[in-house]
Amino acid sequence: MKREDKKTTIEKNIEGSTRRDFLKKTGSLSVAGLAGVATLMTGTKDAQARVTWAEWFQTNYRLMTEEEKREAIERLEKRYSEEYGKKVTVDGRPAQKNVLFGYALNIQKCIGCRRCVKACVKENNQSRHDPEIEWIRVIRMEKGKFSAEDMDKGYPSDYGIQVGGNAYKNAGVVLEGQHYYQPERVPEKDAFYFPIQCMQCEKPPCVKVCPVRTTYREPDGIVVIDYNWCIGCRMCMGACPYWARRFNWGEPNLPKEEMNPDTHYLGNRPRMKGVVEKCTFCLQRTRKGRYTACVEVCPVGARKFGNLLDPESEVRRILERKRVFRLRVDLNTFPKFFYFID
Amino acid sequence: MKRFTSFVVSFLCYALRGGAKYYAWLSFLGFFILIMLFTTYQQLTKGLIVTNLTDQVTWGVYLSNFVFLVGVAAAAVTVVFPSYVYHHKKLKEIVVLGELLAIAAVTMCIIFVLYHMGRPDRLWHIIPGIGIFNWPNSMLTWDVLVLNGYLLLNLFCAFYYLYKKYNGQEVNKAVYMPVVYVSIVWALSIHTVTAFLLNTMPARPMWFHSMMPIRFISTAFASGPALIIIAFLIIRNNTELKISDEAIDLLSQIVVWCLGIALFLAMSEIVTELYPSTEHSYSLKYLMFGKHGLSKLVPWFWTSIILMITAFVMLLVPRIRKDQRFLLPLACAITFIGIWIEKGMGLVLPGFIPSPIGEFTEYSPSWVEIFNSLGAWAVGLFMFTIMVKGAVGILLGEVKYSEGA
Ligand code: SF4
Ligand code: SF4
Repeated sequence: MKREDKKTTIEKNIEGSTRRDFLKKTGSLSVAGLAGVATLMTGTKDAQARVTWAEWFQTNYRLMTEEEKREAIERLEKRYSEEYGKKVTVDGRPAQKNVLFGYALNIQKCIGCRRCVKACVKENNQSRHDPEIEWIRVIRMEKGKFSAEDMDKGYPSDYGIQVGGNAYKNAGVVLEGQHYYQPERVPEKDAFYFPIQCMQCEKPPCVKVCPVRTTYREPDGIVVIDYNWCIGCRMCMGACPYWARRFNWGEPNLPKEEMNPDTHYLGNRPRMKGVVEKCTFCLQRTRKGRYTACVEVCPVGARKFGNLLDPESEVRRILERKRVFRLRVDLNTFPKFFYFID
Repeated sequence: MKRFTSFVVSFLCYALRGGAKYYAWLSFLGFFILIMLFTTYQQLTKGLIVTNLTDQVTWGVYLSNFVFLVGVAAAAVTVVFPSYVYHHKKLKEIVVLGELLAIAAVTMCIIFVLYHMGRPDRLWHIIPGIGIFNWPNSMLTWDVLVLNGYLLLNLFCAFYYLYKKYNGQEVNKAVYMPVVYVSIVWALSIHTVTAFLLNTMPARPMWFHSMMPIRFISTAFASGPALIIIAFLIIRNNTELKISDEAIDLLSQIVVWCLGIALFLAMSEIVTELYPSTEHSYSLKYLMFGKHGLSKLVPWFWTSIILMITAFVMLLVPRIRKDQRFLLPLACAITFIGIWIEKGMGLVLPGFIPSPIGEFTEYSPSWVEIFNSLGAWAVGLFMFTIMVKGAVGILLGEVKYSEGA
């Protein structure tokens, strides 16, 4: 999210509410207790308020009975259809048997065009601005170089004994990455690209720290979030070592025309303010046997996706035949997102 | 029952009466509470977008103040422990004031947590029974347990004692003492668990070391008693209550030694991080010297170090430590501010800078955050003032049960 954008909104917000407004509304604020805050936070139009209340009282998705799930989904479909002025479906499809999703990304092929980022935003109904949310970030890595001039430079320089020299700018220095690059054209000569997103860890630290089990691992290996259960404490954002999680700092801005009506309860349904979200391997698609949006759009075929339990699947073949690595293995998170080179 | 109602009524009546200075102080706090109502309304309706938090720096002043105040709450034990374990007579007479501070501090903690949450309306999700309490997995649930437990323990200790005193009776030792001992151990647990809340996240290398709990405790036992000393001096100057020099001197020694240990631990951490200078040291380097031209936290860090060293050196000198008119409270104020900076700007914020992928993002609180934080402090101080005022009345014997009342 761009900081400047946010700042201007803050100023706007404060100026925008006149004093009269404020007095009128605080009147009700002081009588309403904690529960009143819920209505206050979500708007008070009558029909909508009823839906809101029912939503407010519902339990964690994983604990709902089939009946309750159906009701919750119907409620959402009704609310979304009204809000976005089109027929919105909310799928509740559970994980399929004998499926464990895995991802493999060929960093040799990635050209840093960020089509995956854009496709993901479109597919998954992220907030477009204030806050601007993107689940995939592509990091542009400096290639770095060794040069003869640096042979004798370094720290400390006295006594002719030095520890630095070329060691400070060797090839592929990891921390010199940058994910706000604005190239004329890609790929650039001095760079390679390193996309990151939620790694769907098998032992996810984000799940462990969540105080209310909003975020949990599904049987098909996807770490999901029940947006209606999240209390917005952001413990998970502190714990995720891959910077995969995003927060709805304000009410998401999702234009009606751009809204993707084909949603899943645990996936791309529109979120509300104050909750966390992240990549779900497009479970609204992949649980129906489709590819993720990013796999489909990648122009160079760098992205591969499939069932890790199926020995014939593309990911499994890649894991068997290519040179593969994962990020930050020292943390024992066992990501199901693999990087490979040919 | 009648006795109890009369306790509540006369406690409040006494607490709410005071001189012009007293009302001026309360209105001063009230002013900030009013502003807070406005900024709270902003935050509740618009969401956390009115803060300056980002996906990179997701915890800010709210959580920093929370962490600091847990320490202040825990520090009540520096009054309770010598009173009951070493039977320090002079402290024992006023031990209840320490417990009242703990109550006010935990209340502020709760307010700050509510500000920190994106969906405070869904707080019930964490209540065992109707919600889901991810215990023992989530460290935050441990924190919820120990903090609420601590609040209850202190409410019991303080008000049971005051109530008995009000009735002119002795406390029932068989009930009271075990609770006091539990609360002593419990006090350590609250700050330890809060340290675990941060340092069990390997994604944030700056926090990921086992020295965090002891650093937390040593800073808490410096800043907490520093605040208590100031409070005691103010109470002594404005009421009839006798608070002996000896009691204050004992507390000031606790401050100086804990401050010394805190400085030593800070030094150890700096050497351990900077000598090998791995990627893990980037947060600390950013904090101390700035990085990539970003250096918002640098002045804060050095201010805090200078304040802490100054206070330490001042308090080491017996003449200064014993000057309870001016130099001691000054040193205490310096300690308090130094550690407040150290916990927030020196610890919570740089933990997020750089982000796990190495991105440096700066953060400074928005006006809404600042006024909400000031307001939360004002609420706590308001509570503390009222409670202390009533308690002093009881301790002085000015408020007591009489049949006719
Ligand atoms: S990458 Fe982060 S958000 Fe995704 S499962 Fe792992 S810890 Fe959780
Ligand atoms: S922000 Fe939501 S998902 Fe993350 S830890 Fe808190 S409640 Fe769980």
